[in-house]
Amino acid sequence: MPSPRLAALLIAAALPCAGLAQQDTQKEVERYRQLLAEGNPADLFEAKGEELWKARRGPKNASLEQCDLGLGAGVVKGAFAHLPRYFADTDRVQDMESRIVTCMVTLQGFTPEQAMKNPFSAPGRPSDMEALASYVAGESKGMKLDTPLAHPKEVEAFRVGEQLFYRRAGPHDFACVSCHGDNGKRIRLQDLPKLTDPNDAQKIFTTWPAYRVSQGSVRTMQHRLYDCYWQMRHPQLDYASEASIALEVFMAKYANGGEIRAPGLKR
Amino acid sequence: MAEPMRIRANMTGDKVEVRVLMAHEMETGQRKDGSGKLVPAHFIQNVTVTCTGRTVLSAQWGTSISKNPFMHFRFKGGKPGDKVTISWVDNKGERRTDEAVIAGG
Amino acid sequence: MKRFSPLVLLALAACATGPADEEARQRAEQVFRGSFTHGNRAIAARVEKQDEAQALCTRYRNEPPKDVAEKIESTEAAGIRYPVPGKFLGDWRQGEKIAQDGYGLRFTDPDTKRPNGGGCYNCHRIAPAEISYGTVGPSLYRFGALRGAGEPVQRYVYGKIYDAQAYLACSQMPRFGKNGVLTEEQITHLVALLLDPQSPVNK
Repeated sequence: MPSPRLAALLIAAALPCAGLAQQDTQKEVERYRQLLAEGNPADLFEAKGEELWKARRGPKNASLEQCDLGLGAGVVKGAFAHLPRYFADTDRVQDMESRIVTCMVTLQGFTPEQAMKNPFSAPGRPSDMEALASYVAGESKGMKLDTPLAHPKEVEAFRVGEQLFYRRAGPHDFACVSCHGDNGKRIRLQDLPKLTDPNDAQKIFTTWPAYRVSQGSVRTMQHRLYDCYWQMRHPQLDYASEASIALEVFMAKYANGGEIRAPGLKR
Repeated sequence: MAEPMRIRANMTGDKVEVRVLMAHEMETGQRKDGSGKLVPAHFIQNVTVTCTGRTVLSAQWGTSISKNPFMHFRFKGGKPGDKVTISWVDNKGERRTDEAVIAGG
Repeated sequence: MKRFSPLVLLALAACATGPADEEARQRAEQVFRGSFTHGNRAIAARVEKQDEAQALCTRYRNEPPKDVAEKIESTEAAGIRYPVPGKFLGDWRQGEKIAQDGYGLRFTDPDTKRPNGGGCYNCHRIAPAEISYGTVGPSLYRFGALRGAGEPVQRYVYGKIYDAQAYLACSQMPRFGKNGVLTEEQITHLVALLLDPQSPVNK
């Protein structure tokens, strides 16, 4: 039986070792992220998106250059920083992606089905929406997220999003809060932001859309939510659904003030 | 027919800065599919970048390059309006060539 | 620039479980139902209905008052199905596989005979060789070494994996047995992973 002093020394020596393996892993992950950050494939999606924005397309052979993303027709710079928001012409709250769809329909003459046909790219099937979203988001890079919460429909969307955030369901009893309700946690090696903590939300929410290395493409917030629900053992979330927009309004409230660094780069 | 590369080339000071994202599965030959069978190796072996007839980059790749390779590099001797041509050949003999015009700085 | 109108602040303040909250909940249910319309219908039916614990834990945001918590715990405990007496400990090698495997019940997991995994490493540190572990739940490393592997501990571990809410109402841990994610036999393999002295968890 070691003396109390020796025992204390042994315990003190043993404790850091438990954390050391974890620290090494974190360091390597950080190093990997730094290497990746020196060149973001999302740049190429932004360029493609700008091309698509200015191209005459659809039955009306028109570009998206007159699209009103909330700051007036034709204003792209800064618009993403104020989305989601209420739009009088559609009488509903819309996020960036659903608003691009609206413009594809009203300006270019596509049907909603055509505009929403391929929101998430797959091998051999690149998605225009991912490029367009990269371009629009990139035009707000460096600005602070500042979404409104004044119109009654915006408030309603927040409250609906809040309910959905805590809604536990399915065989794993998962809600958004199951993974995003605490500070300093991770799934496997993927750090999890506490989405109701501005400290986390301001840094993370504003990195979407992002090039996801594991997906080999830029992925948008719509895809992030779709992917979350997949992991939560829920069915496929409808693209640009009311639930998705409500959740974005909820998250944006806590992320407001954060600097927009989209399109970002993630695993 | 392989998917097109996404290429961007612009001036940065006196150099041409090129970013290219290639679409390729880059299978190492060591991965097993859902039913436990080995997925055969299929990866880009050679990459060549030329500008106005001159080779500015030549690369020999192996299985450690991951899926959808992204390259970011700079070279001297190009100017706005010149074409940058990028070609790759993989271990199955499949090939792809795409080009981009150098934009101003 | 005025960001929040007084009406908004009032609405947001009505956060407690009052009538405004119930109205928001009903509206949210409506929105939820209308937002998964193109997906797998069987999976949609599975999530549209919340069972009692899910509904209560949603309502109280996982911090139920004492009496509600006690009721949840006793209800869940009563539903635990134990294996044949004395057979809580299965095979830790199979337990490690189940702990690593995240397969099952997602809309991309086809209806095959492949058993579901537990996905335990997503949230827990378990055997020391696996460094890609999550921290949503506590570390389980040396679980058996620290607690012994007597029958009461075996029963506890089995019950906790079968239905974590029998021990902690509104725990974020899935109720693997009760919800049919894992079979009783699979759970015994996980019990062995944590408690068997030969398991790498305890060496």
